[in-house]
Amino acid sequence: MKLKRPDESGRFGEFGGRFAPETLIPALDQLAAAFEKAWDDEHFVDEYRRVLRDFVGRPTPLHEATRLSERLGVRILLKREDLAHTGAHKINNAVGQVMLARDMGKPRVIAETGAGQHGVATATAAAYFGLECDVYMGEVDIERQALNVHRMGMLGAEVIPVTSGAATLKDAVSEAMRDWVRTVETTHYVIGSVVGPHPFPWMVREFQKVIGEEALVQLGGTMPDDIVACVGGGSNAIGIFYPFAGLGPRLIGVEAAGLGIASGRHGASIGAGTPGILHGTKTYLLQDAEGQVLEAHSISAGLDYPGVGPEHAFFAETGIARYESATDEEALAALELLTRTEGIIPALEPAHAIAWIVREAEALAGRTVLVNLSGRGDKDVEQLARMEP
Amino acid sequence: MNRDLLDQLFAEVRSSHRTALLPFMTAGLPSLSTSADLFVAMAEAGADAFEVGIPYSDPMMDGPTIQAGNQLALTGGVTVESGLAVVAEVVARTGKPALVMTYANPIFRIGPAHFARQCREAGACGVIVADLPLEEAAAIQEPIERHGLGMVLFAAPTATDARLEAIAGAGPMFIYGIADLGVTGERRRSSSHARELAARIRSVTDVPLVMGVGISTPDQARSLTGEADGIIVGSALVRRVLEAPDEPTAITEVRSAVADLAGALR
Repeated sequence: MKLKRPDESGRFGEFGGRFAPETLIPALDQLAAAFEKAWDDEHFVDEYRRVLRDFVGRPTPLHEATRLSERLGVRILLKREDLAHTGAHKINNAVGQVMLARDMGKPRVIAETGAGQHGVATATAAAYFGLECDVYMGEVDIERQALNVHRMGMLGAEVIPVTSGAATLKDAVSEAMRDWVRTVETTHYVIGSVVGPHPFPWMVREFQKVIGEEALVQLGGTMPDDIVACVGGGSNAIGIFYPFAGLGPRLIGVEAAGLGIASGRHGASIGAGTPGILHGTKTYLLQDAEGQVLEAHSISAGLDYPGVGPEHAFFAETGIARYESATDEEALAALELLTRTEGIIPALEPAHAIAWIVREAEALAGRTVLVNLSGRGDKDVEQLARMEP
Repeated sequence: MNRDLLDQLFAEVRSSHRTALLPFMTAGLPSLSTSADLFVAMAEAGADAFEVGIPYSDPMMDGPTIQAGNQLALTGGVTVESGLAVVAEVVARTGKPALVMTYANPIFRIGPAHFARQCREAGACGVIVADLPLEEAAAIQEPIERHGLGMVLFAAPTATDARLEAIAGAGPMFIYGIADLGVTGERRRSSSHARELAARIRSVTDVPLVMGVGISTPDQARSLTGEADGIIVGSALVRRVLEAPDEPTAITEVRSAVADLAGALR
């Protein structure tokens, strides 16, 4: 298999690469080789597809959101990743990487998690395949996603609280990396998004592109006008964008505008960031003039990240996709709207994608918009309940 | 050239069959105004050269102690510019070689060529970038060398012999041998990897070798004499600064720790 994008050095245009401590380089080489071999091996691919079908419940439905469409005057199709086992698209990647860990003979996996969905997915896949699992999670996120913390515990994973920095997703990634530098000989780091040093952004995209591939089949030859997905690190967005890139639909990623871009309290790495290096990859990030990484803010733990996957940076730079944002407040309103019109409580993350459509409804009138509904909202109910007056 | 001072140190170390002590300390500790005093104290206590850390918000290769040191320095207003001003003062007051240690992002943010020029003006001998493996090094190494400084490259226990040869072949001013798996920090026991890695590196190259990560006590330092041209101790010194009730105590404690380490290497 000859790589086109990323190239052999893990670059997507000028983005990506491998800015990782030297200790990890042999493990990254081993991982790239193992993944390349597995992805070309029909036994591995067959098993992966079988587990996605029988355990995860794929394909997930493509759902015509009739009442929401009527309300907004925009035809809205929902790719129902919220119906995947464990409640989000994260399981697609977790299953693939835990299979790889098993095949590389590594008995332990670690993961970082923000909203808890990737932690739950990794703990689930580890339980399914019989591997040991530790999950790094910021203390702030442990507080706002308590339900997922309990789920991970039930699945046999240990949740390790992270107190450094703002104690959210960025810090959880850093701590997981530090663990991996120490334990690399026996541990695989199941990174949860299309971030990190090569081969992670490529490999996670490959495990997530099933979302877009299924949607292509489900559309039966028709094409939506627009495809919209929320973007934190950007794994659900790349999963649905990638198979459609160059086929016609506009691809729109929606970042977290938090309290508003002007407030400086947001997670819009592409919309308001600059190129730099974070967690092993060159990409857009929120940083000051000295290259110190700034804290992100979003009501949704999964979008509360100051970086973004390097392929999204490349998509933005080349115009393959465009990147917009929605505020905390808009996301909350969209969550309520989808819940009341469709009977679907979405996670706060994809509520940002819906929110952008609501705001742009007039401009989108008459168009068909495919939305990646990347996860369900059960995890957020407790947080939302606390916010009620 | 700026790097001459460190190259001379390695030549002297080899001819006298000793192991040099290169303490690490984050610039701006215990505070910006007393930071250079701390380095001067270390020089008086027997340090041969210094690794001066420019703090970074997300130091992936560092354990809790140096992370806390970074945070304290950043809170104290340390920037690349003020950090390099500390380097300049340290070089001027001690006459000893100084290396600048940081992460890739601050360098790329201000531009590698600009950074290299600033390092040269500060009198630094070389640069260490903790998250810059061999494959990504060229973009920083090229301007650093053009300005007469040397680039330090890492070698880890996980590397194959072929990779060690490639690292040596890329022209580092010295190889930073990662003495233990894991991030920086104090360890109770000496790493089982350190001597083996040192021997493996020695068998493929005679580029100067300095060992660091997980070396904190005089005994651990002593166990590497004869194995390497130098050793780096960082967390054990930063911890003394963090634990000290005031700045004079911090300087006294670090001076005494460096004296013990230097004594162990004699």
